[in-house]
Amino acid sequence: MANQLGKDDVVAVPLRHPWRWVSAVILVVLLGLFVYSLWASPNINHDVISKYIFNGKVIAAAGLTVTLTVVSMIIGTILAIALAIMRLSKNPVLKIVSTGYVGFFRGTPLLLQIVFWGYLGIIYPTIDIGIPFTDMIWWSEKTSLVFTSIIAGIIALSLNEAAYAAEIVRAGILSVDAGQAEAAKSLGMSSGYTLRKIVLPQAMRVIIPPMGNEFISMLKNTSLLQVVAVMELYARTSQISSQNLAQVELLVVAGFWYLVMTTVLSFPQSYLEKKYGRGFSVATQKSRWLRIGSKGNV
Amino acid sequence: MSKPLMVDARAVRKSFGLNEVLKGITLQVEQGQVLCLLGPSGSGKSTFLRCINHLETINGGRLYVEGELMGFREGADAIYEMKPNAIAKQRSEIGMVFQRFNLFPHLTAIENVIEAPIGVKKLSKADATKKALELLASVGLSDKADHYPSQLSGGQQQRVAIARALAMEPKLMLFDEPTSALDPELVGDVLDVMRNLAKSGMTMIVVTHEIGFAREVADRVVFMDSGVVVEEGTPAQVLDNPQNQRTKAFISSVL
Repeated sequence: MANQLGKDDVVAVPLRHPWRWVSAVILVVLLGLFVYSLWASPNINHDVISKYIFNGKVIAAAGLTVTLTVVSMIIGTILAIALAIMRLSKNPVLKIVSTGYVGFFRGTPLLLQIVFWGYLGIIYPTIDIGIPFTDMIWWSEKTSLVFTSIIAGIIALSLNEAAYAAEIVRAGILSVDAGQAEAAKSLGMSSGYTLRKIVLPQAMRVIIPPMGNEFISMLKNTSLLQVVAVMELYARTSQISSQNLAQVELLVVAGFWYLVMTTVLSFPQSYLEKKYGRGFSVATQKSRWLRIGSKGNV
Repeated sequence: MSKPLMVDARAVRKSFGLNEVLKGITLQVEQGQVLCLLGPSGSGKSTFLRCINHLETINGGRLYVEGELMGFREGADAIYEMKPNAIAKQRSEIGMVFQRFNLFPHLTAIENVIEAPIGVKKLSKADATKKALELLASVGLSDKADHYPSQLSGGQQQRVAIARALAMEPKLMLFDEPTSALDPELVGDVLDVMRNLAKSGMTMIVVTHEIGFAREVADRVVFMDSGVVVEEGTPAQVLDNPQNQRTKAFISSVL
């Protein structure tokens, strides 16, 4: 609040900060020089960049990258919720299996896991469905036909993601006050209903920011699927550059699309944060201001 | 002939590890009675309350609510643990109000009240909402139905919590220090709601430090210390003319 009795009487000459100006100018000049050097370099062919940036094959590959990300993320998250619940259950076997799973998949490099799933056919040449240890087989198929490179890639990414996301989900569930589940119990709610309606919605508030990180990591990690010959964005651009030898130009093309995708995929996060933040202090204050703005709705 | 028993606790024992918190509590509450449980902190009164709706599993004795054993099934030669859904059914008929309110922060006041009637009792949303609005009006919060708990004062939150418990139409209400977490000027509104509830004939067990409330509303007062019932009787007997030394010391310390 301004001084009610009279005018503001502190009208001081602001302190000068010459070093702020000096450091800002130096930084801008250096950045400018760097961009200019790239732009003016005779070794970077701008025509190649503009030729491929909206190339149909490149855009299709970017689409595949998005699909791989979304599908792996959905499967990974569902598995993660199951793993987190197993870890928090009273059953010691479920607990140990879940802990072991997380330890194993976090403890080995993702690249190794991807290559492993690509080689699955060496360990199991055929996939059979039937009764174990008998001759009863109802269905059999060559592994390489079932586990195409895309399927193998999705399995590798989702199983790996589940391990990381399980810890995030577990942290989210643990962040919800024990009194919440107790109040739900006292009202006669079953444990499943309590988890779905009371605990998880509150856990989401804690889960979503790190899951946004995971989503972006996943999007970039799809580029590792190049090693099992999935034609996602990075594999496609490096395939093109291996033919026209314009490596840097196609890296620029790939980098541009990765940036576009990570930026666009960040929007759902802020929406979800708002949705699950309802009732919690910051978001509540905001909605209170919105209510003042639209008086008719109160 | 006295009224039928709502709660019948017979030599109830409860331990946490080696620490025996309840050392054989025997206590009866008749239908429509208001019982106030007093005692120093750590005396086991909250634990006893939580045993009644099976939030804690007892280690010894028997605990009946309206003649039904809580959490267990009595067989010919043994007692068996109940299935979770049978326990949930028993709990749904007993309302509980917590010291820290435990409202669901992601739901508005009215959503808090209708969640269990819809999810557990399978009421339609329209019926549940109609009932919830009546309940919120009865606790003086009609205008706060669309507020989130974080937008309500402690006293208002506790009154929503009472409405939430009442929405399940319980036969018995348990109050676990319902005013202990409130600023002094907010205590009165919550006690008013509880007073009205008592007048309406609800059977209530109230763990409290509000001696004035106990004197005015309680039919019986029970004083507990270190896991045993030390003294019980009418408010006049226990509060104004305590016989036991520990009761005397406690009452003079809180008055």
